[in-house]
Amino acid sequence: MRDVAVIGVGLTKFGELWDVSFREMMMEAGARAIENAGIDGKQIGAMYVGNMSSGQFIRQEHISSIVAEHAGLLPIPSTRVEGACASGGLALRQAVIDVGSGLHDIVVAAGIEKMTDVLTGVATGALATAADQEWEVFVGATFPGLYALMARRHMYEFGTTEEQMAAVAVKNHHNACFNTCAQYQMEITVDDVMKSPPVTLPLKLLDCSPITDGAACVILASAEKARKLTNTPILVAGTGQASDTISLHSRSSLTSLQATIEAARKAYKMAGVKPDDIDLAEVHDCFTIAEIMAIEDLEFCKKGEGGKVTEQGETAIGGRIPVNTSGGLKGKGHPVGATGIAQVVEIVQQLRGEAGKRQVDGAEIGLAHNVGGSGGTAVVHVLRRGD
Amino acid sequence: MDVGIVGYGVYIPRYRIRVEEIAKVWGENPESVKRGLLVEEKSVPGPDEDTATIAVEAARNAVKQAGIDPQDIGAIYIGSESHPYAVKPTATIVAEAIEATPDLTAADYEFACKAGTAGIQTCMGLVEAGMIKYGMAIGSDTAQGAPGDALEYTAAAGGGAFIVGKNGSETLAAIEGTYSYTTDTPDFWRRDMRPYPRHGGRFTGKPAYYKHVLSAANGLLRQLQLTPQDFAYAIFHQPNGKFPMHAAKELGFSREQVAPGLLTPMIGNTYSGSTMIGLAAVLDQARPGERILAVSYGSGAGSDAFSIVVRDGIENKRDAAPKVLDYANRKVYIEYATYAKFRKLLVK
Amino acid sequence: MAVPRFWREIPNRYNLVGARCGNCNKILFPPRSICPSCRRMGKLEPYRLKRQGKVLSYTVAHVAAEGFEDQVPYVLAIIELEDGPRLTAQITDCNPDEVKIGDEVEMVFRRMGEESQDGVIYYGFKGRLIKP
Repeated sequence: MRDVAVIGVGLTKFGELWDVSFREMMMEAGARAIENAGIDGKQIGAMYVGNMSSGQFIRQEHISSIVAEHAGLLPIPSTRVEGACASGGLALRQAVIDVGSGLHDIVVAAGIEKMTDVLTGVATGALATAADQEWEVFVGATFPGLYALMARRHMYEFGTTEEQMAAVAVKNHHNACFNTCAQYQMEITVDDVMKSPPVTLPLKLLDCSPITDGAACVILASAEKARKLTNTPILVAGTGQASDTISLHSRSSLTSLQATIEAARKAYKMAGVKPDDIDLAEVHDCFTIAEIMAIEDLEFCKKGEGGKVTEQGETAIGGRIPVNTSGGLKGKGHPVGATGIAQVVEIVQQLRGEAGKRQVDGAEIGLAHNVGGSGGTAVVHVLRRGD
Repeated sequence: MDVGIVGYGVYIPRYRIRVEEIAKVWGENPESVKRGLLVEEKSVPGPDEDTATIAVEAARNAVKQAGIDPQDIGAIYIGSESHPYAVKPTATIVAEAIEATPDLTAADYEFACKAGTAGIQTCMGLVEAGMIKYGMAIGSDTAQGAPGDALEYTAAAGGGAFIVGKNGSETLAAIEGTYSYTTDTPDFWRRDMRPYPRHGGRFTGKPAYYKHVLSAANGLLRQLQLTPQDFAYAIFHQPNGKFPMHAAKELGFSREQVAPGLLTPMIGNTYSGSTMIGLAAVLDQARPGERILAVSYGSGAGSDAFSIVVRDGIENKRDAAPKVLDYANRKVYIEYATYAKFRKLLVK
Repeated sequence: MAVPRFWREIPNRYNLVGARCGNCNKILFPPRSICPSCRRMGKLEPYRLKRQGKVLSYTVAHVAAEGFEDQVPYVLAIIELEDGPRLTAQITDCNPDEVKIGDEVEMVFRRMGEESQDGVIYYGFKGRLIKP
């Protein structure tokens, strides 16, 4: 496979975008990415759009056609990619494979979710369809419920505390304050998290990522082409994807995501890097416990110490391994299908040195980790400066 | 008659509401209610319980106690006035849940509070005729009482299941006779599509409950040429604590004969479950050779009387499943607001 | 859940009927049509699991899944059955603060929801603590 690089990135504001439609959001992120890449739309060979559930959120399937049409890019092939909350990461991977294979030189990887056109209850019900409908949701499980089951077990096995989980939310909200695209630009305290309303204990409201509208887009090119188009190509050095059982109860461990471990192993190997080499990471913190488990499974710390290292500031900007400098799903927002792409937008901006107040000094290698459901799908990408 | 009880099981939900709690809402004097009805509290089904789930718990206990293969059950009848569906049997749900399907007959019965004992009689007939090996009769209810009605103090939830088979080494009690007394007496009813029953107040007493219970009991005693002194225990349908005590007195039974099977003061009136749970409570403590009279009553109206003689088999079987008192003593009190939520009395 | 979809799973939901692979002896619940270990070499047959198990993890849900709004706070747990398989189930008839990891439970038959007020009623399993 030939080398592939990111040459342009674009993001909408994340949040409750009442006056913006699905179509408008996608065009906004796309136009920004194309502009950022400095290319003409006619150079684009194909597009992959990550989207979890437009059918449930806006009762519209077949969005691949809509996106290509509204971008004025007909008749290029456009493909929707679905893997629950990992849809964006999977779309990126498909785009990487497309360019890597030599089929197209320039390809779009996008992600989008319009979640606020339905009431909150409908939205959470739609999200729950990414869990096992027959053996989890039927008996009363929700996503916060499933992650709470992981959290309780993590507390039991490793002594992780609710305060340590709260520290994830505090850090990510802090980072989001420096991100103008983030849904929440406000500081919170551990006490705020601890006193927030119970959702599925031990998880409380401020342990949970919000419901968000948003779209994100990256433009990929072959490394060869990228070097002609930009001085700061960001190479997709490694990509890894893995699957696990859809239901949490069918897995041997409740405190690790095997799909994350496997996807990371592949991505590290392909990139020829070790966890220690990573300068910063965007990980899938749909709930605070998810970030703790992710940094363990990605081997940024020992198993069971994710809470402790977070509390000690090792994952803060300026810490040993900054995690979720964008604010993460928690602070920036979690438009599910867009999340995997938005993570890569952040990594690219960081590696280019364009992250402003949240810049990680001297960042050379970054990692993006995107999870579908409670861990049935995980996809990891390692990116590095290509100049 | 050569049939008997092969096993029995009961179930009573854990929630209770006290008379005081209900009386407080309606501005009544709890002491006079308790004195008038001889009831202290009643069982309340949890939000995930209904007549079918209660019947399944009781039926599983009965199968466990009987130690039989549920595939040998040839008939299941469930008596209730609170079947979860108006049309669609509860009996199929229970049959499936105890793995008795598919080679059996099943149906739901309705005869106010005596539909469960009507099922016992049907099973007796089928067993005696050699049509089935075992028959299961269940009385199960989540009784409805309109908010503010006198019934609200007693309308409770619970169920009992009895497995009937030919007398033999596995029967724990023989049913030596049954007698029914039936007339058209509208003392209590619920019209189609209406949520709560209506009743005739004091008319439910003398011309209804007492007339049928006493007539059925006397009819059975006459038929078997027995007297109250031949019985160690007697169970009468117990819509409240008072009626069965009065009936016993009229018939010449002592308080001691009635007390072990009188559950209503503790758990309320479990309607179709009432006589069945009372009988189970007596079987939980009776000794081989002792004779038991059980008389149900269903408004509308009718009574089924049974004479039962405890056999040696009971000693080996009765510890295999939870007993009536295990359930009666397992309780969590709730206040009226929670009760209203559980019983879906709140309009949303 | 549509009626046929619920109906197909009645033996599994009412009686914990799972599957056992005649090739590797692994017991599976919920049942599958292919043994994940032996794949096409597997020989799956229905197998009724024992109702006893223990709590591996639990959460107290204050925000309900659709259809369980009237039951909050309810306890949702992952239970490891005596036969090996694990499942997700509510713990019924308990005070939410009395459930602990390691608690013994038995699976009981409960009303799980309904299609609609006019629709069919779904029954299934919940766990109940076995008190020593």
